[in-house]
Amino acid sequence: MIAEQENYKHINGWGIDADPKNEPTYPIKNYTEDDHKRINWDRPVLQQPTVEVLHSNERPGYSAVIGETLPPSGLSGKLRRYAFQFSESSYGHWLPLLLADRINELEGIADDLRNGKIPNIMAERGWNAEWKYNRLGVMRKIAVGAVAVGVIAALCKLKKRS
Amino acid sequence: MQAMNYRGPFRVRIENKPTPEILHPNDAVVRVTRSCICGSDLHLYHGMVPDTRVGTTFGHEFIGVVEEIGPSVQNLKVGDQVLVPFNIACGQCAFCKQGLYGNCHESNSMATAVGGIFGYSHTAGGFDGGQAEYVRVPYADVGPTVIPEGMDHDDALLLTDVVPTGYQAAEMAGIKMGDTVVVFGAGPVGIMAAKCAWLFGAGRVIVIDHLEYRLEFVRSYAQCEAYNFKSLEDPVLFIKKTTDWFGADVCIDAVGSDACGSALHTITGKKLMLQAGAATALHWAVNAVKKGGIVSIVGVYGPTDNLVPIGNVVNKGITIRANQASVKRLLPRLIEHVQAGRLNPKEIITHRIPLEEVSDAYHIFSAKLDNCIKPVLITGKA
Ligand SMILES: NC(=O)c1ccc[n+]([C@@H]2O[C@H](COP(=O)([O-])OP(=O)(O)OC[C@H]3O[C@@H](n4cnc5c(N)ncnc54)[C@H](O)[C@@H]3O)[C@@H](O)[C@H]2O)c1
Ligand SMILES: [Zn+2]
Ligand SMILES: [Zn+2]
Repeated sequence: MIAEQENYKHINGWGIDADPKNEPTYPIKNYTEDDHKRINWDRPVLQQPTVEVLHSNERPGYSAVIGETLPPSGLSGKLRRYAFQFSESSYGHWLPLLLADRINELEGIADDLRNGKIPNIMAERGWNAEWKYNRLGVMRKIAVGAVAVGVIAALCKLKKRS
Repeated sequence: MQAMNYRGPFRVRIENKPTPEILHPNDAVVRVTRSCICGSDLHLYHGMVPDTRVGTTFGHEFIGVVEEIGPSVQNLKVGDQVLVPFNIACGQCAFCKQGLYGNCHESNSMATAVGGIFGYSHTAGGFDGGQAEYVRVPYADVGPTVIPEGMDHDDALLLTDVVPTGYQAAEMAGIKMGDTVVVFGAGPVGIMAAKCAWLFGAGRVIVIDHLEYRLEFVRSYAQCEAYNFKSLEDPVLFIKKTTDWFGADVCIDAVGSDACGSALHTITGKKLMLQAGAATALHWAVNAVKKGGIVSIVGVYGPTDNLVPIGNVVNKGITIRANQASVKRLLPRLIEHVQAGRLNPKEIITHRIPLEEVSDAYHIFSAKLDNCIKPVLITGKA
């Protein structure tokens, strides 16, 4: 504080009303006065990535530990790499990532098929539980579906006739 | 090993995966004995969190046994039974040093706006989670805490997230003795926030939700008032009236981006994804709190924008306080509360489901079937 006072002595009244107790984040945060040292803390041992890891352009490099699961791949991976050119404040970052997620789902299905596995989408969506606990809801959905199919079929027939 | 595996929105299954390895000298590998599904997992499950890659294993609430430790680990040994906070935190960056363990700067390369979280998409670091037989736990000397002698393991499990989050929601609300506290959301987090509000001296606690079975539960569990917003017509007006036209002293948002109750928010936030989920509860919280009041947010929202009546925040002089819970900071106090019987977290568990049935478990919790409040996944080898 004293050193800072020296730096700002050209400003009349600098710091005169500063009140260290006016700390609205307490007790969520213990003010350590380290914030103005910025990111120059003593870092933990750095993990060296062994796969491709994207990092936010709002930081100079990787964090000390790194999640190395599921490196970007395929078309979704291309989109993710593109997204990481933009800051977290930009739609250029988040919208391509969301699009990549949707494409990634299709890539997942393709992967399954390539591995000779037909994904059981109903089971994955928990339809066993739906049948057990919401049978009425399931029947309603089936009924609505059947009616819709019936209506469409009838309309098609009508069209053909006319 | 067997692990939960995300395949796309509303699609998860159990699948084999390589057992995780030590990748950093301060890592541990933990054999999971049980884990939970959290309301936060639902945001992932519904496909709302950007960079949720197919193949990810979710799960940030888990306990287990230390199976292997890295060469620099000193505070843990193989065989220890540990509860693992959901935040991955280094303990030595400026933020961890200030107690902001939910905002560590050395645990997530992919984003600066959120710290590392187990099994919570690549936006939260790209770590696999604990809905599996084994999980890699970075910074093993910092996060994992040996389960205290005699503590029920279900209680320990809920100390990894739900209890600290509910407690911090009440703590951030800056409750003064006698305050009227309104909690939006009667999920596990809201229930715990309502319970904890009393510990800070609340004079009146009101919970708002639309699921009758949860309202009924919270009414007796947290000894509070509970109202169904579907039958209130206008929850904000109701709160104004019930506080003598003053507004609540504090409002807590324990709902987050999967809120219902407003067609505008549901369509723009959840169907069209034009905003980062539906901010209905936050909207209500801002409008129902008194002038100069405090809104405490623990409900989770996505990284883009939400429709919030920010003009009212300014004009009413509202203080907003929000964060991911800092689990490690709160654990010592919360362990005391549990041991003294002031908090009894395990009573909120309604379902125990084997990990193999993870697809059904997610659907039950997401669709709120079978009066589900908190589901626990039991790992086979446990
Ligand atoms: N900040 C943190 O550290 C942290 C930690 C854990 C969970 N969370 C977040 O807390 C939130 C709640 O988690 P949960 O496990 O209790 O989830 P949950 O889905 O079980 O509960 C949410 C509840 O909110 C209710 N609800 C929906 N719209 C509402 C509205 N407009 N008004 C009032 N209630 C409404 C739902 O009916 C449901 O009961 C989630 O957003 C989750 O991501 C945050
Ligand atoms: Zn959680
Ligand atoms: Zn840190």
